[in-house]
Amino acid sequence: MRIVFKTDYMQDIRPWKDGFQLRLYLLLLFVVAAAPFALDDFYLGELTNVLIWAIAGLGLMILTGHTGQVSLGHAAFLAFGCYANVALIEAGVPFLVAFPLAGILTGIAGVTVAVPALRLHGIYLAIFTMALSILMDDIIVLSEPITGGVAGKYIGGFDIFGLTVDRWGTPDLFYWLVLYVTVLVTLGYINLLRAPLGRSFIAVRDSEVSAQAMGIDIARTKMISFALSCAVTGWAGALMGLFAGAFNNETFSVLISIQLLMMIVIGGLGSIHGAFLGAIVIGFLPQFLSISKEYVGAIFGGNTVAIPGLEFGIFGMILIGFILFEPMGIYGRWLKIRTWFELFPFYRKDMFKRQKSYLKTERLR
Amino acid sequence: MSLLEFENVTLKFGGLTAVDNLSFEVQQGEVFAIVGPNGAGKSTVFNLISRFYDPFSGSIRFDGHDLLQAKPSGVAAFGVARTFQNIELFEHATVLQNLLVGRHRHRKTNLISELLFTPAVRRQELENREKVEQIIDFLDLQAYRDKLISGLPYGVRKVVEVARALATDPKLLLLDEPASGLSVEETTDMRWWIDDIRRQMGITVLMVEHDMGLVSGVSDRVLAMADGAKLALGPPADVQSHPAVIEAYLGKAS
Amino acid sequence: MDNAQLLISGLANGCVYGLIALGFVLIYKATEAVNFAQGDFMMLGAFVTIGLTNTEYMGLPFWLALPVSLGIMGALGYLLDRLIIRRLFGESQTAVVILTIALGFVIRFIAGLIWGHEPQTLQNPLAGKEVRMGGLVLGMEDVAIIIVTVLLTWSLYVFFSRTKLGLAMQGASQNQLAAYYMGIPVRRVQGWVWALAGGVAGIAGILFAAKGAVDPTTGLLGIKAFAAAVIGGFGSLPGALAGGLIVGVVEPFASRYIAAGYSQVAPYALLLAVLIFRPNGLFSQVRVKKV
Repeated sequence: MRIVFKTDYMQDIRPWKDGFQLRLYLLLLFVVAAAPFALDDFYLGELTNVLIWAIAGLGLMILTGHTGQVSLGHAAFLAFGCYANVALIEAGVPFLVAFPLAGILTGIAGVTVAVPALRLHGIYLAIFTMALSILMDDIIVLSEPITGGVAGKYIGGFDIFGLTVDRWGTPDLFYWLVLYVTVLVTLGYINLLRAPLGRSFIAVRDSEVSAQAMGIDIARTKMISFALSCAVTGWAGALMGLFAGAFNNETFSVLISIQLLMMIVIGGLGSIHGAFLGAIVIGFLPQFLSISKEYVGAIFGGNTVAIPGLEFGIFGMILIGFILFEPMGIYGRWLKIRTWFELFPFYRKDMFKRQKSYLKTERLR
Repeated sequence: MSLLEFENVTLKFGGLTAVDNLSFEVQQGEVFAIVGPNGAGKSTVFNLISRFYDPFSGSIRFDGHDLLQAKPSGVAAFGVARTFQNIELFEHATVLQNLLVGRHRHRKTNLISELLFTPAVRRQELENREKVEQIIDFLDLQAYRDKLISGLPYGVRKVVEVARALATDPKLLLLDEPASGLSVEETTDMRWWIDDIRRQMGITVLMVEHDMGLVSGVSDRVLAMADGAKLALGPPADVQSHPAVIEAYLGKAS
Repeated sequence: MDNAQLLISGLANGCVYGLIALGFVLIYKATEAVNFAQGDFMMLGAFVTIGLTNTEYMGLPFWLALPVSLGIMGALGYLLDRLIIRRLFGESQTAVVILTIALGFVIRFIAGLIWGHEPQTLQNPLAGKEVRMGGLVLGMEDVAIIIVTVLLTWSLYVFFSRTKLGLAMQGASQNQLAAYYMGIPVRRVQGWVWALAGGVAGIAGILFAAKGAVDPTTGLLGIKAFAAAVIGGFGSLPGALAGGLIVGVVEPFASRYIAAGYSQVAPYALLLAVLIFRPNGLFSQVRVKKV
């Protein structure tokens, strides 16, 4: 077991526990950054996709994992970011301005939505955002001059400092761009969590009354959380649009919202790792299924035709398994395994046991 | 000098009068206890100070400010901190994080500087940490510093809640039944801590408590309430022997 | 006259929404959980009945298949609670929401495997019959749907407000611990509620399949019914029916008087409006948390 002796407050304020952990993460970053040299275009594309989903997951994680506001409508903000980005680029704004601006605009849109949503709690907020996501489809169709309506939009490459970045033409450049955004968002998230604002998010999540008594303005805090969450989601949406190349009103359906929420639950709510782990599951599940289908087909001599709904069906089963047996997600399971090894042989089964509370109604009658 | 002033405060829920024309003053530097049978309106007094409820009439002043002008989240800025009857800690955070949330009212940095974690934010964090560490030492919480609240025993949670309130650097500390559910030893500890909070930190304490041993041991003055109204106010011994108080607790002798 | 015709067909549609919404509210009332898979339950109920009656499957007589399929649906509801939901006892509402959404995916997948993805209709004795009232032509199915829905809502309402078991179910949700102390077998009561909700979903499915075609994605109708339940204010059974009727009637009128596409939009726009202006629904029951 590795014991870190603390002699300085900075050891708790720094994002890494000790030099070993720092080196580990730097190594990971190095390996990921070198991926284009090792992978072919197909797998590089898959990896890009995973990173984009991870950014979207980080966006939702701020709101749901750390502020406790469940959103079933984040696909609406993915769409907003995507269309904002493309509209700006088409208007002749250079990518380096259009892209950040798309996220900021999405954040502003998020705040606009947050104002009425602030009064809603728990399940009602989930419904509100879900309705929003369903309506987004029609809003896109109605604002056809900007969005291209049902026909949708196409986007090819774009220029950064004279370099043409194109998902198909130069997949490695596009990958590095996505990786760069991922790293920036993650660093911002880490900083947020060790600063007062991040703590106030957690406070609002766990107990609104006592957060208020500690001087935290609930409405303001939720609004900032919405803004940050939507901005990050908007960036993910913009990248998704560039990655897909073509999109229309049905690209960002309410199913995407649901998938995004399920993703961070599987990964582990309330942790940055959770967003990444969930994205890996989401990203690689379709590949895994198609490979295993061929495998099964080869053994039984059956056909390998697509089974509709298979992906979501399997995904649903995985999720049910997690909620029943590991509510803290993959990251929670990992923490347990790590603790088991660190404390061997002193690990106790109830170390991570949570107190179950009896449910009390918030209804009047 | 009076720190907190209730003047003719009345609060009604529908037809029920929860607080009935209540007036009292808490002096700077004293330990002031509110006692009374269940449903007397003691916790309601706290919730009025926390601005969870708007009084029907009357005024509440704190340290020269009109408290009724403040938002619920603005009360802490005046220097009022509180604990809750049914413990309202941030369950899925560590003890350290809970206490650091207590420092929130001293936050001087903004969103952008925090996202970049500028040197100013770092300095502020170090400062917060030092303050919090003093309180951890004061209440003997060293062993629990990095533990999640959800895994802590009840007695420790009670202490963490007091610690979190102290971390805000308050002028007035509101303790809502600090000894309820505690063992005899833990109650004794709590008594010495309340004494130290007043003596060493110079913080005025207003508490609601049922344990008369704790109340008479630690408080300077006691307010007895029943049905939202004042029954008696004075030193603990006087209030305990006041005929109206005895009647409220034991019923009329017939 | 034209409007009257629209109104009637809207009401019949609304009744189906109302019935699904009833299932939501039943479960919410008794367990404080929200079952997002209720729409998929309805779809399953429809397919089970189709599987029993339609000639290409088992071909049982309709009136025999009816109680059997309701029994199956009730049993499924009970088993679901027994095997899955009960393990989440004491967890947050959100966990149940996500779980039931996932369950919906699984049910849709399994239904697709068993019954395929082609839309199918239930062969039933009412099919094709009409009732003429004044100048109105009403399908027998529509009339049956309206009658059954009203009767069912009324009897459930009476059940919850008058009978001992119904009151126990309400008590069990509002304060589980206190309900235990009062001698209410909270867990068993919850099992019965899920069974009841399964049965209600079965009825909704049968009525729906008698009126139009079902396929595995029909369950997504549940989202619209969900909007109905919220518009009606989640805790109230008559409210659920009212919400369902509102949504059902708004749809055809929106597509007639605004534009064709708006029949899809209208329920959700209405839902957003209700949530913004009356955050707890039209018949609300929520209050602020007490400390």
